[in-house]
Amino acid sequence: MDQISLQQQEQGTSLWKDAWIKLSKNYLALFGLGILALLCVISILTPWIAPYGYEEQNLMLGATAPSLEHWLGTDIFGRDMLTRIMYGGRVSLTVGFIATAVALIIGVLWGAIAGFVGGRVDAVMMRIVDIMYALPFMIFIVLLMVVFGRNILLLFLAIGAVEWLTMARIVRSQVMSLRKQEFVEAAHSLGLSQWTIIRRHIIPNTLGPVIVYTTLTIPSVMLLEAFLSFLGLGIQPPQSSWGLLINYGVETMEEYPWLLIFPGITLSLTLFALNFLGDGLRDALDPRTSKD
Amino acid sequence: MALLEVNGLTLYFHSRNGVVKAVDDVSFSVDAGETLAIVGESGSGKSVTCYSLLDLLPKPPAKIEAGTALFDGIDLLSCDAAQMRRFRSNDIAMIFQDPMTSLNPFISIGEQLIEPLIYNEDKSRRQSRSDARLRAIELLDEVGIADAEQRFNCFPHEFSGGMRQRVMIAMALINEPRLLICDEPTTALDVTIQAQILALIKTLQQKRDVAVIFISHDLGVVAGIADKVMVMCEGTVREANDTESIFYRSEDDYTKKLLAAIPEGAKSMPNRAQADSPLITVRDLKTYFHDYSTTIAGHIKAVDGVSLEIQRGEILGLVGESGSGKSTLGRSILQLAPITAGSIHFKGVELNKLSPAKLVPWRRKMQMIFQDPYASLNPRMTVHQTLAEPLLYHGLANPKNIDQQVQQLMDDVGLARNSLRKYPHEFSGGQRQRIAIGRAIATKPELIIADEPVSALDVTIQAQILDLILNLVEKHNLTMMFISHDLSVVRYISDRVMVMNKGVIIETADTEVLWADPKQQYSKDLLAAIPLADPRSERLRASTA
Amino acid sequence: MWRFALNRLLQAVPVLIIVISATFMLVHSAPGGPFSADKAVPPEVIKALEAQYNLDQPLWKQYISYLGDVVQGDFGPSFKYSGRTVNELIAAGIPATAELALYAMMVALIIGVSAGVAAAMRPNTMRDYVPMSAAMLGICMPSFLLGPLLVLIFGIYLEWLPVSGWGDMPGDKIMPSITLGTGYAAYIARLSRGSMLEVLSQDYIRTARAKGLSEPVIIFKHAMRGGLIPVVAFLGPAFAGLLGGSFVVETIFQIPGLGRFYVQAAFNRDYTMILGMTIFFAALIILFNLLSDMLAIWLDPKLRQQARGNN
Repeated sequence: MDQISLQQQEQGTSLWKDAWIKLSKNYLALFGLGILALLCVISILTPWIAPYGYEEQNLMLGATAPSLEHWLGTDIFGRDMLTRIMYGGRVSLTVGFIATAVALIIGVLWGAIAGFVGGRVDAVMMRIVDIMYALPFMIFIVLLMVVFGRNILLLFLAIGAVEWLTMARIVRSQVMSLRKQEFVEAAHSLGLSQWTIIRRHIIPNTLGPVIVYTTLTIPSVMLLEAFLSFLGLGIQPPQSSWGLLINYGVETMEEYPWLLIFPGITLSLTLFALNFLGDGLRDALDPRTSKD
Repeated sequence: MALLEVNGLTLYFHSRNGVVKAVDDVSFSVDAGETLAIVGESGSGKSVTCYSLLDLLPKPPAKIEAGTALFDGIDLLSCDAAQMRRFRSNDIAMIFQDPMTSLNPFISIGEQLIEPLIYNEDKSRRQSRSDARLRAIELLDEVGIADAEQRFNCFPHEFSGGMRQRVMIAMALINEPRLLICDEPTTALDVTIQAQILALIKTLQQKRDVAVIFISHDLGVVAGIADKVMVMCEGTVREANDTESIFYRSEDDYTKKLLAAIPEGAKSMPNRAQADSPLITVRDLKTYFHDYSTTIAGHIKAVDGVSLEIQRGEILGLVGESGSGKSTLGRSILQLAPITAGSIHFKGVELNKLSPAKLVPWRRKMQMIFQDPYASLNPRMTVHQTLAEPLLYHGLANPKNIDQQVQQLMDDVGLARNSLRKYPHEFSGGQRQRIAIGRAIATKPELIIADEPVSALDVTIQAQILDLILNLVEKHNLTMMFISHDLSVVRYISDRVMVMNKGVIIETADTEVLWADPKQQYSKDLLAAIPLADPRSERLRASTA
Repeated sequence: MWRFALNRLLQAVPVLIIVISATFMLVHSAPGGPFSADKAVPPEVIKALEAQYNLDQPLWKQYISYLGDVVQGDFGPSFKYSGRTVNELIAAGIPATAELALYAMMVALIIGVSAGVAAAMRPNTMRDYVPMSAAMLGICMPSFLLGPLLVLIFGIYLEWLPVSGWGDMPGDKIMPSITLGTGYAAYIARLSRGSMLEVLSQDYIRTARAKGLSEPVIIFKHAMRGGLIPVVAFLGPAFAGLLGGSFVVETIFQIPGLGRFYVQAAFNRDYTMILGMTIFFAALIILFNLLSDMLAIWLDPKLRQQARGNN
């Protein structure tokens, strides 16, 4: 029997490739991806590329409007705003990524276990999620910050602990619907082990929604951090974050509006980029748009 | 001049990926008291044609490129929105395929019924709420809804599928339209309900002398109801003629193919069952489900005490209407649904007593083919991965000869070898079902349970898949349980048939014995409701009924 | 329906007890006592203070007596504002916050729903893109940025509106309400657009069209009921969010409301105040979640019947 070599076979388009093709046609999402990548690179390289030192004061200079020496101006201590925004970005992005990672891990595990085990375990686990949804978490985080001091590690955990709930719900509903799918039933009837079914049939099909929701969680986490820092309950000086810079900017906005406007634009632009990327990913990975 | 005259209707869908010629130069006419059936498979443009008459397609992507549709001398395709609403309110009504989704779940039946009267575009024809209510109750009564007055305020979810379709019909007729368009009105219904709805449409039409356009994928359904038939394929008209000419003297190859694809008559293959050699024996099987969604406490008795035997080499048909428990029975036998009581012996081994680990070697000897070819394949695995998985897992192939084995399977189920690296979404429904069948026979099973394997497919594809299944049974010496709601299909493929209703077996007999002489009333009703693809016998049946 | 509500209220009791216990434990496990921040206080004064606030008792006794007080609706005296009880302070903050939240909610619902519905009626046209781009802007422009910017433009440069206060000058309620409401308006616009699009693609909308109903009847009678259920269900979480947002808005505009009190209490380490307000907020949020759930259930006839039958 003559065999057909791999080269002669038509290559199929996997759903991942399909999604990538769709995403690459979505300019807003690509723009978001580009901004995000740029921000990440700048944040990593900040200590080397920042035009001034982080704490470099020039009290003689005071607050100045944007100029050739200081592109984004200086604050009341004569510190370069561009440098401060770059260092603030490091903190804001780190909080965004780490807290999202915390939420991702707890949420996926919780949702997957509830979805797989089902029955009473599922009912109890999801009831806990329902109850926690109803709790005023913003207030709890404020409380935590007051009681234990403004600890950045605690901030990661606290924000992560709020954001995992939705992730758990998404993963659970995804797993529940997959478990009823005929191709999973077919895998059972083939006698595949539970673990093989999870690894080969369930996980690859839950990744899409998880990726989308993760992308959308990062901006909401960054917003939460900025919110707390703005109130003076998040990141503490000498560390800096965009929320804190906006807080300082508000105090002096009458005289030096650029101290509010530049950190504000940076934060908004980042949120824009991440939300566009998330929306684009949702459209690209939505099975309804890729069917036939 | 006929009531509706469509000339040269051409409609394209414009999307980013190009232009699809959905309807291409279609012409037809229909007159008062006349029934025109438009028949075609999915993608033939039959529904699009009719939706475009009432301007129900989203534009874009749809765009009418050419043609006229004169209703009473006014062109439906070019009239303004207000005029179109006047037509929809008073002259042309439509019934849709799925009665479960076509009624608004948030609004009571009665309120939805009277809307064409109280919001009539023609202000002079508007009626008061109380008048409209009386009219609606009268009509509900006419379409066969008992206690119409009490049920007026009920919501759609309180009605069964057949009842909802009756409500839809009442709603369509409430303004005494002159043209009624029925888009597959019985496709989502059980066969006995289908017969009732068809009869109802016929009676109401004769009484009111309305013109009817009846869209269907199934020539069998229209034989008894249509005066004229138009066969469509890929957007074009293949043949249009009076019903008898289409059924008895068709000129067109495609029409002939459609007619030939209707499963009819007895099984042509010999019965290969080996007497007194049961492969599987089921004793007093019960499968109950807990149901938290309804108000009834306790459980649903999906399978309630079923005993059966399947002989080696036999094809056992299992027929029943929706909710009869036939699918659950199949899944219970394969240990895919946890059973409540009873025993299942496969080659003498009691499967329900085995631990999951001990069950694994037996699993490969029993496989299942599922109904929905879209849901039964993992969308993220290539055909190669799907077919190779069972082979490698059960050690039936090794990484060296896996490619050859998979290609062998592709040949077996009639798929091109060069599409091995493609993903399910790149195949048609029929091809996907072939892949699923390939996966089922990969492990060289002895028993296959096929759960409605062809009911999601077009008629011509259905015929191909049925023949494929028959061939594979022969070639691989399989034993099969074939579950279906479609009695003609079951007759075409099975040696013996079991009729199931409400979780219990009503009657079991050899196929032709059952067809000739059903013993139980339920079986008789079921057999009597099968639409025949033969206009003369349908007419005979209607006149004697 | 009422039994359903009662059932949910009963379920809320253990939740509230958990909230009370958790906050109590958290506050009392704070490193250093509540008075340690004030360095200049002599030890005997601290002792006297501790006796006054029962802090010399064992923790479990404090807990029991606190729980008893809370059940009777008594949150005890404030640590910082001597002579005033937490109840009095909360009562003083309620009017401004309630009014602010009401206006913000109105801004959010009116703008959000109309923008979302308008966009869903003509998807992928300018009538969709313009409001949805505005909504994206609203989501990416948090209240602590929008508020100061509004102040800068309309308060300082244009001098159209007063920059702070609540009910002192005409027009001083406009900017706070818009600041607080905009983010939710944006979210509701996206939510209602999505669900309206979903509903408008349903078969029963096609049925309504085929009946000859006019576009307003189709949108307002047939589509809105289903389309707005997600919005109604979001009202509960939105209310919780508004409370949180009031922290910022009341601080920016110096409004004497609950949010500003809470932030001040957090800075002052006014433990009884924080404890009391946390419990009060939790109870409010649970109540509002219940109300929005009930409304969502009442809108869906199928769920309405189940709620009647089951609970």
